[in-house]
Amino acid sequence: MTETVAMTSVRPVNRRSRPVSRFLRRIPSYLTIALLLVVTGYPLLWMFFNSLKSNRDFLNSPSYTLPEEWMWSNYARAWETGNLAVTISNSLLAVVPSVILIALLGTAAGFALEVMVWKGRNGVLLTFLAGIMIPGQMILLPLFTAFFNLRFSGSLLPLIIIYTAIGMPLTVFMMATYFRAIPREVFEASTIDGASMLRSFWSIGLPMVRNAIFTVAIVQFFLLWNDLLFALVFAGQRKLNTIQIGLLNFSGEYGAIDYGPLFAAICITTAGILVIYLFLNQRIMKGLAAGAVKG
Amino acid sequence: MRSVLGDRKTILILLGPALLVYTVIMVVPVLVSFGLTFFDGTALFGFDFAGFSNYVQLFSDAQVRDALVFTLKYALLTTILQVVLGYGLALIYQFMLRKSSALIRTIVFFPVILPTVAVGILYSKLFQSAPVDGLANELLVNVGLSGVDWLGAGDTAFIVIVIMDVWRSIGFYGVLIFSGLLDIPDEIIESARIDGARGFSLFRNIILPSTLPILFASFIFSINGTVKVFDSVFALTSGGPGSSTTPLTLYMYRTAFQFSDYGYGSTIALLLTIICLIITLFIFRSSRRDNTR
Repeated sequence: MTETVAMTSVRPVNRRSRPVSRFLRRIPSYLTIALLLVVTGYPLLWMFFNSLKSNRDFLNSPSYTLPEEWMWSNYARAWETGNLAVTISNSLLAVVPSVILIALLGTAAGFALEVMVWKGRNGVLLTFLAGIMIPGQMILLPLFTAFFNLRFSGSLLPLIIIYTAIGMPLTVFMMATYFRAIPREVFEASTIDGASMLRSFWSIGLPMVRNAIFTVAIVQFFLLWNDLLFALVFAGQRKLNTIQIGLLNFSGEYGAIDYGPLFAAICITTAGILVIYLFLNQRIMKGLAAGAVKG
Repeated sequence: MRSVLGDRKTILILLGPALLVYTVIMVVPVLVSFGLTFFDGTALFGFDFAGFSNYVQLFSDAQVRDALVFTLKYALLTTILQVVLGYGLALIYQFMLRKSSALIRTIVFFPVILPTVAVGILYSKLFQSAPVDGLANELLVNVGLSGVDWLGAGDTAFIVIVIMDVWRSIGFYGVLIFSGLLDIPDEIIESARIDGARGFSLFRNIILPSTLPILFASFIFSINGTVKVFDSVFALTSGGPGSSTTPLTLYMYRTAFQFSDYGYGSTIALLLTIICLIITLFIFRSSRRDNTR
């Protein structure tokens, strides 16, 4: 492998480099890899080891040592006192319906704005685009007042509605960009064949952007999963706490006295994300990067 | 053909729901929030007309000035670090690790998707000094320095917040800029090498110019996020000690929900929105100029 690279490369590379000198040449990149791994991974590993320590162990020995005794019971205590089952299911109940709605509505809107031809579509697209810039604080108080007056508080419904709306700008814009990449002739041909636009959207447009919809859904899932502002205001009651609020309360109530379970709670929420990431990492990385470039 | 592609009913069916949700939940509240800046009161006890008093308060409020300074200082420093270090990371991926960088990229990216509160709590423990030293102080002590009460003073807490947010997002910018580096055709780099470009001059004359668009996109994305910083600060310091690490976003939240002053909260939110608007317009203008060059 390296041999062929050296042969075809324009640079006059020393072709018969011995293994030792090749190893020496690679030392900088090995060091770089090691440094990156330590900086990224070690804090997480540190957290994992400390999640298994007893309080006495944590307070008396340096934090980088291994646990004296591996206290897996910390995880059980974190699960119970941290209210984790409730907070995780609340987060799922709020975020999953929102992401589905966002993907559905956003794709349809992207199609109407990019493929269909009508006056004023650029204006509407720009209106959506402006929403990317608006900070959540600017819509928070009217929404709280409105939902309060409608007696909507007490369920996750306000959160789902709000999440759907704040996901819309980026999604509409990204979907419009994806539809732009499809040649117009495709839809013109289906129109000549007698399909209505609704039919073209459903049978031609949707299948062609299937991957893009998935990408958009992943982006929105992580953006909403990490929302704190709206969750603080609309999911403040204990039975509605999302994962972010749950962790915050747990660290406030027990974090200063019960280190093991606190670290364990963070590890549990991190591990859930890690599992998703193991399966979808390429999609997640590409998706989030695409969201940034297009947004 | 035209009539089918422009069929009003279909447009209404496809665009209607999205536009309705967006208008009711975002556009209208923005306008209402603007209206609230002329009132005092809360959702519970009703509102009283207050004229321009909220604006007068805004301009004389030392806390707003501090929050504004914190926001801008944080946004500028974090954005520069995210983009510059992200660029360095992308260069490492592309020119040092080459084909073997996929695994490293995946690992370094992982913190990006972690819950921000989880990261905030983790960093508050890494940098704690009481009741026992966290990892950061242990390192300092072990190399012979003395520990620092990181989160006990505004200046050092600021440093921790920046470190945390750069750590959290560096993998993202690495991947983003790396995708830009991949788009440079190999032939261009090869021919520049034949022409004698090496190291820094290769970077300065070939690589940097071809990655300007992606660098620009990273910058926009970064500043748009850092100006609105909220959750990581909330989880790490909750604005303290005192209010020394309170950004505008958090000050607005406190004003509205701890001091129950919706009118003034809306006024602070408006200030934040105007800052975002200025940044967006500024970016728009400079991107136009780039295109015409």
